[in-house]
Amino acid sequence: MAAGYIENMKATVRLQREPFDAAMVAADLTHGRSDVGALVTFTGVCRGDEDGAPIVALTLEHYPGMAESEIERHVAEAIERWPLLGVTVIHRYGRILPGENIVLVATASSHREAAFSAAEFLMDYLKTRAPFWKRVEKAGGKSWIEARTIDDAAAERWSAPPRGREAAE
Amino acid sequence: MTVKLRYFAWVRERIGKPEETIEIPPDIATVSQLMAWLASRGEEYAYAFKDAKVIRAAIDQRHVRADAAIEGAGEIAFFPPMTGG
Repeated sequence: MAAGYIENMKATVRLQREPFDAAMVAADLTHGRSDVGALVTFTGVCRGDEDGAPIVALTLEHYPGMAESEIERHVAEAIERWPLLGVTVIHRYGRILPGENIVLVATASSHREAAFSAAEFLMDYLKTRAPFWKRVEKAGGKSWIEARTIDDAAAERWSAPPRGREAAE
Repeated sequence: MTVKLRYFAWVRERIGKPEETIEIPPDIATVSQLMAWLASRGEEYAYAFKDAKVIRAAIDQRHVRADAAIEGAGEIAFFPPMTGG
């Protein structure tokens, strides 16, 4: 993991089959420190329906090794772009039931703008660049979820340098 | 050149295996040429690569475009657009 600009910056990336406790993971980012003024957590949850039909489960396939390194590269980029004090990304793989957590992005910063932006940036990239594929199980069988162009558009907007960044950097 | 190929999601299902190590002819220089060559290897490959434009590739676990050179690659992966998050 690349070192951030800020001392005592905490970056964690975890891929796991097991469920996670989002509140506990987020609390870790502020534990024992008083410089955090903003903590944003996003949790992606497995919905119980897809295209109006109930689902039994989602199965996430991933590319071991590449998934970790892609997420770590984007975490490093987020740390470079925003003054973050902490970042945690957890992504599950395997079979996930409706109502269970799939993904967590938590960002901590002194002020909210950096924390909000970095969390959105990371989620947009996870959706389109991290090598994971969702397969949905319904009563009628299994099918791969198709990528949505709206997700590509969301990721694309981060290609332009963010406001306030020096052009000469 | 000998390369390890890895397939994911419906590309893996259509080909019927998650990975294989194969000898690639010397005149195959890019990812898109490799997809076209693979498609000619049999029905299951033709099915997997019939809409090659939507298939994404990675060389040594980094995303690459279809025009990327494959020279020196140790592992090349093919997969559909990603749907994580």
